[in-house]
Amino acid sequence: MLRRLSTPLILALLIAPAFAQEAGTLKKIKDGGSITLGIRESSYPLSYLDEKQQPIGYHIDICNRIVDAVKAKLKLPGLKVQHQTVTSQNRIPLVSNGTVDLECGSTTNNEARQKQVAFAPTTFITNVRMAVKKASGIQSLGQLGGKPVATTTGTTSVQLMRAHEKGKGVDFKEIYGKDHADSFLMLETDRAVAFVMDDNLLAGLIATSKAPNNYAIVGEVLSIEPIAIMLRRGDPEFKKVVDDTVKGLMKSGEIDKLYARWFMSPIPPKQVNLNFPMSELLKFLIASPSDAPAESF
Amino acid sequence: MDYHWNWGIFLEQVKAGEETYLHWLVTGLGWTLAVSLAAWLLALLLGITVGTLRTVPHKGLAVLGATWVELFRNIPLLVQMFLWFFVVPELLPPDWGLWVKQDMLAKEFVTAALCLGLFTSARVAEQVRAGVGSLARGQRDAALALGLTLPQAYRHVILPQALRIVIPPLTSEFMNVFKNSSIAFAIGVMELTFQARQMQEDSEQGIETYLAVTLLYFICAFAANRGMAWIEARSRVPGLIAKPG
Repeated sequence: MLRRLSTPLILALLIAPAFAQEAGTLKKIKDGGSITLGIRESSYPLSYLDEKQQPIGYHIDICNRIVDAVKAKLKLPGLKVQHQTVTSQNRIPLVSNGTVDLECGSTTNNEARQKQVAFAPTTFITNVRMAVKKASGIQSLGQLGGKPVATTTGTTSVQLMRAHEKGKGVDFKEIYGKDHADSFLMLETDRAVAFVMDDNLLAGLIATSKAPNNYAIVGEVLSIEPIAIMLRRGDPEFKKVVDDTVKGLMKSGEIDKLYARWFMSPIPPKQVNLNFPMSELLKFLIASPSDAPAESF
Repeated sequence: MDYHWNWGIFLEQVKAGEETYLHWLVTGLGWTLAVSLAAWLLALLLGITVGTLRTVPHKGLAVLGATWVELFRNIPLLVQMFLWFFVVPELLPPDWGLWVKQDMLAKEFVTAALCLGLFTSARVAEQVRAGVGSLARGQRDAALALGLTLPQAYRHVILPQALRIVIPPLTSEFMNVFKNSSIAFAIGVMELTFQARQMQEDSEQGIETYLAVTLLYFICAFAANRGMAWIEARSRVPGLIAKPG
């Protein structure tokens, strides 16, 4: 009896979660009276915490505009906004299981991830490059043969380094920090001569380090990656609100002002200017918005 | 939850390379075994020595043993890992420090095995001390009365009994070594947890990845358990340790 029952039971359990999603994010927000934004603690200057531990940044500003649009659409001016800190490891599960409605961090839009989640139009382009100590005189990846090179576990940079090694026949000694702060510590303490990562994150780490003038971002671009705000997959109604808001910011030119505020002027906590002019590719993507994954570049 | 399941992911190729994800996990398992077994060997050698020292009638040696145990037992393992990896090289003369940081062979592996070995040695030492303490005092007195020196009494009478007694608690420590070795990812050893994080990032199939890794850790710890049970059975001397019933 039990065995005969168990097959349909297991099937039902497997299928049930698929139905639970039907309601859609907008209905969930309306019913719950709140929207949850996923934030990062140190993804400079897209999403990070200020001195008062409040989330700030370029993507936080854009997300707040999306929240305003949701408020208007649902006629809920008093909608509560909650913040949930996410990491590289848990951001995708937390978006797909409904804990986070809108992830406002620094997530690369790629094909593997598009199987699990959806993305808003690309709002930032990062180049994977390396940070070195100026005193080392290193200018190119070719000079790293036999030298220890740091990157962070669980990031796309690890694969990029391996691919580069195979392609160019350079042999790095790869070493791995468990997060960006650890990897930077490796560069700081001479365990590594270079740290390979997204250039905006490197700029942020350098700006907040003890001696920002000792470091430089140099070398070839290992990869160009579109960074975007992330939302649940298969929810066209919510995606339209998000897309329309982001496209609206792009069309009105407001996004240029937001970009200038976070990338071209002094920002908290140390009032350092990252001096990060907008790339030609991002200018193009603002003129013709797209949520195409990294593989299409 | 709208999750895209894909159990075939393990046989798929990784993004930047020809190998499969399974290959990553197998490599990770290899490093997990290497770190764990090296650490366990070190822990047994040092632990038995230190544990024995804590039981001898000599004040200096006992203090040394106690210091050892308390030092390695009272600091979280993750903190110890960082201390060995980031702090100790800075305390060395600059030339040596740079050598340790840049040129030493398999530096992450050596650091992890050393750190985990020392941490576990403190725990093994306590088990061994307890084992020696559990023997009737008459055993040592009788051995000395027969004319054995103290080292001989330990070698032929005390340790053979004490070490058999502590096999069950040591089994737990051996299993713990495999589980604790997962912390080595934090200093960049490419072991199982490290590979799991990479695979999750690369494939976005986190649930399958961590379920597979959970199973592999379970198999490691369970094999350690069965292996120690086998040693326990093989080393049993009938009548030496009273069995209930």
